[in-house]
Amino acid sequence: MRQVVGLILLLVVVAFLVWGVLDIHPFGYPPSDMDDYIIENAQEETGSNNVVASVVFDYRGLDTLGEATILFTAVTGVLLLLRTRKRREESS
Amino acid sequence: MLSKIVRTVANQLILFILIFGLYVIMHGHLTPGGGFQGGAVVVSGVVMLLVAFSSKDLQKSLRERFLSIMESTGALIFAILGFAGIGTVFFYNFLVGTSIFGRIPPTGPNPGDIWTGGVIPLMNLAVGLKVIAGLSAVVLAMALFSIGEEIEE
Repeated sequence: MRQVVGLILLLVVVAFLVWGVLDIHPFGYPPSDMDDYIIENAQEETGSNNVVASVVFDYRGLDTLGEATILFTAVTGVLLLLRTRKRREESS
Repeated sequence: MLSKIVRTVANQLILFILIFGLYVIMHGHLTPGGGFQGGAVVVSGVVMLLVAFSSKDLQKSLRERFLSIMESTGALIFAILGFAGIGTVFFYNFLVGTSIFGRIPPTGPNPGDIWTGGVIPLMNLAVGLKVIAGLSAVVLAMALFSIGEEIEE
């Protein structure tokens, strides 16, 4: 019974995903001016041969700051969680 | 701790992994890769050491205090470089055209010059430091937690 329900749910989810994919824009459409601008001017403006790096660290630097913050928070959380044991044993 | 063969091979291999990771970090503005990817390569070397040797041995050489200072330094350099261009706009590339990483390559395919990119190489270095220290600390803390030890200050 559970397997049948699971199968039906899986089929529903797959149908939703396929429906979403069928509705997607064709590749590169709608055309935007921003990607052409970045491809043509990134080397001159940022001096970086790797245009992806120039987008990640220059044009969209704020996003990268958010990524770095996520990593920082994750590390802080893991270290906080995994360090508490000994201290609790000492205090008890 | 694994067998002597594994330990010897890991000992020889860690040098090349570290060099490749640092290469990916420092050439982030010329070739595919960058701070996040190169940091992950270096941390994969740390994980190899963790598997080959016991995590207690690694605990003595990788202190938590050192790792947290390294990670905070990376984050601080990144934020300072972002704020340094605030005269024009946040995260403005203010080093292009100056004497530090300031050369401008010709548009189109070219062999590449390490002394280009403005703040991008410095930011790659900062993010690389951050990823190396942060992921090493996470992996080490989890490995030590699983055997009932605790990461050393």
